[in-house]
Amino acid sequence: MGVVFQKTPVLTDVTLHYCPGCTHGIIHRIVAEVLEELGVAERTVGVCPVGCSVFAYKYFNIDFHEAAHGRAPAVATGIKRCQPDRIVFSYQGDGDLASIGNAEINHAAMRAEKITTIFVNNCIYGMTGGQMAPTTLVGMKATTAPLGRDSDHYGFPMKVSEMIASHDGAYYVERVSVDSTKNIIGAKKAIKKAFQYQVEGKGFTFIEVLSTCPSNWAKTPVESIKWLQENMIPAFPLGVKKDKGGEA
Amino acid sequence: MARMLMKGNEAVAEAAIACGCRYFFGYPITPQNEIPETMSKRLPEVGGVYVQAESEVASINMVYGAAGCGARVMTSSSSVGIALMQEGISYMVGAELPAVIVNMMRGGPGLGSIQPSQGDYNMSVKGGGSGDYKLLTYTPGNVQETCDLVQRAFDRAAKYRTVVQVIADGIIGQMMEPIEIKTVEPVQYDDSWASKGWDYKTGRGFDGQERPKSIINSLYIEPEELEVLTHRLFDKYAIIEKEEVMYEEYKTEGAEILFVAYGSVSRIVKNVIEVLESKGIKAGLVRPITAWPFPSEAVYNAANQDSVKKVIVTEMSAGQMLEDVRLAVRAIKPVSFYGRVGSQIPTPEEIVDFAIADLKKDEEFVLGGR
Repeated sequence: MGVVFQKTPVLTDVTLHYCPGCTHGIIHRIVAEVLEELGVAERTVGVCPVGCSVFAYKYFNIDFHEAAHGRAPAVATGIKRCQPDRIVFSYQGDGDLASIGNAEINHAAMRAEKITTIFVNNCIYGMTGGQMAPTTLVGMKATTAPLGRDSDHYGFPMKVSEMIASHDGAYYVERVSVDSTKNIIGAKKAIKKAFQYQVEGKGFTFIEVLSTCPSNWAKTPVESIKWLQENMIPAFPLGVKKDKGGEA
Repeated sequence: MARMLMKGNEAVAEAAIACGCRYFFGYPITPQNEIPETMSKRLPEVGGVYVQAESEVASINMVYGAAGCGARVMTSSSSVGIALMQEGISYMVGAELPAVIVNMMRGGPGLGSIQPSQGDYNMSVKGGGSGDYKLLTYTPGNVQETCDLVQRAFDRAAKYRTVVQVIADGIIGQMMEPIEIKTVEPVQYDDSWASKGWDYKTGRGFDGQERPKSIINSLYIEPEELEVLTHRLFDKYAIIEKEEVMYEEYKTEGAEILFVAYGSVSRIVKNVIEVLESKGIKAGLVRPITAWPFPSEAVYNAANQDSVKKVIVTEMSAGQMLEDVRLAVRAIKPVSFYGRVGSQIPTPEEIVDFAIADLKKDEEFVLGGR
C-alpha cells in the first residue's frame, strides 16, 4: 500500500515543544506546506522571534535567523535587502510583535519591505508564563493582570492588522484563524497568497493568525477553541484588511 | 585613489566602499551624519544598498540580518546611539557574525553634548552588552589612520567572524585632512555558515555547495552548549590578543615622563612632548591603536625603563583607559591622570603645567577645567 498522506518535507522530524492543544503546530505546517507548494523553500530564509516560537528554526527545513525580541522585521529587512531574490519571512507572536517590536513591524510595513510576516496572536505572553500582552482582551486574566485587564489602567487590546493595513507600504493584510477546518483552509489560502505576492516582488504582506494558548489560558484544548471563537473573533474581526492585488 | 582633502566622516564611508562594503543601515545622530549621508549617495552608485532605519535598535538588527547572509556590512553612530545597539551587538557576537561599527564619540552621560569625547572607552572595550565577550576595537588618531583601520576592521571582522569597532572622538569625524584611500580587494574567507537559502532535497546551499542547514542564532538553552560557544569565543579572543595588538611608540626611549593617550588627545600630547623637551624634560608617548586588545606589554616595557619617573594618562574622559594602563604598569611606577570631561578638549599648556607639577608629587588624579 502506498503512502497517501504525509507531512511536508519542509518541516523537520524534530518533536515540537509546543503545549498540547497549542495551534502553533498547525500554523507551522501551513507555512511549510505553502513554501513547498510554491517551490520556494530552497530560496527562503525565515526569521523567528523571542517567545513560544523561538525554536522555529529547529522545525523548518530551511535556513533561519533567530532574532532578538521584537526585531525580526529589522533582521528580515537586512536579509531581504542583501538578497532580493530570496523569500524572507518573519514568524512572530503578539508580545514580540505588538509590544517590544511595534516600531520594527510598523516601519517594515511603511518601507514596503518585500517580506511576509506571520503574526500569531493568542492574547498572551506564552513562553514566559501567561503575562498580559498588548492584545490581551479587556477583562481577560493574566499573571500580571490577576483580576483581568482593566481598561482604565491598561487600556485596550491593540488591533494590529488594522494598524498595519493603514500603511501605504502594506500590500496585503488579512486576519485569519485556525479554530476550525474551514478557517484552517482559509488561513492557508491567505498565507499562500501572501507568499505568492512576495514571489511576484510586491510589497509588504502580513497575515495575523488567531491562535490558542490552553496552558496559560488555563483551559482544555477544546475549551480554548471555543473561547477563541466566542471572545477573540468578535474582538479581532477576521477578513482581508487590505489587498492591493485587487481580490479584496 | 589620488590624495585628496576629505572630512573624516566622509572618508570613513569612502574607505568602507573601497574595501567592498556594500550594505549600510543607520540612523541620524551628530557628529557622524556625513557617514550615512555619504553612504546614501555612494552605495547605490556601486550596486550597494543603504537603508535608513527607524532607530539604532533597528539598524543593528538589520546589520545582524545582512551579516547573517554573509554580506559585507557596517553601521555607524555616536555614543548614545551605540548604547542603543548594545543588545544587537551582543546577539551578533553570540551568533559569530562579522560587521564593522564606527562610533564617532560625543559627550555623555545621557544626551550629553554633540562635541567630541572619549567617554565610550569602557562601553566599547569592557563589553557594553550582556554576557561574556570582547570586541576588537580600533582607536585611530587621524583621518588617514581612520580610513586604514576601517578597511582593516572589515578584514578582521570576516576573518574572526566577529564585530569590530572603530571608536574615534568626534574631532576626527569632523575635521578635514589630506588622505589617500586605498582600494582593497576583500579576502574571501569561508562563509559556508551564512544563511543564503538551503535545499533540503539536495543538502546544498543556494550557491550549490554542500553544507548543513544554516541557523544564525545566539540561543543555547543547554548550559553545556553555551559553555562550548563561550569557550570557542575566548579561544578566538586569545588569538586576537596575540595577533592584533597595535600601538605607536613616540620618543619613549629614555623618557622621564611616559604619556599614554589615544585618538586626538595623543596628537595634543605630541605637542606637549615638544614643549617639555624645550624645557629640558624628556617625555615620550605610547599610543594604543587597539583599545582591545590593549597594548599592555608595550606600556609595561616603556614604563619599566629606569629613566621613567611617572606615567601620565590623558583622556577626554574621567579616566577610563586609565584602568587598563594601571593594570599594564602593575604598580612598578606611579600612574597619574589628567583628563577633561564634558567634551572639553585639553590644551597642550594645561597638560605641560600638570606634567611639570606632577613630577614633584605622588600619583595624582585631576579632572581639569575647574
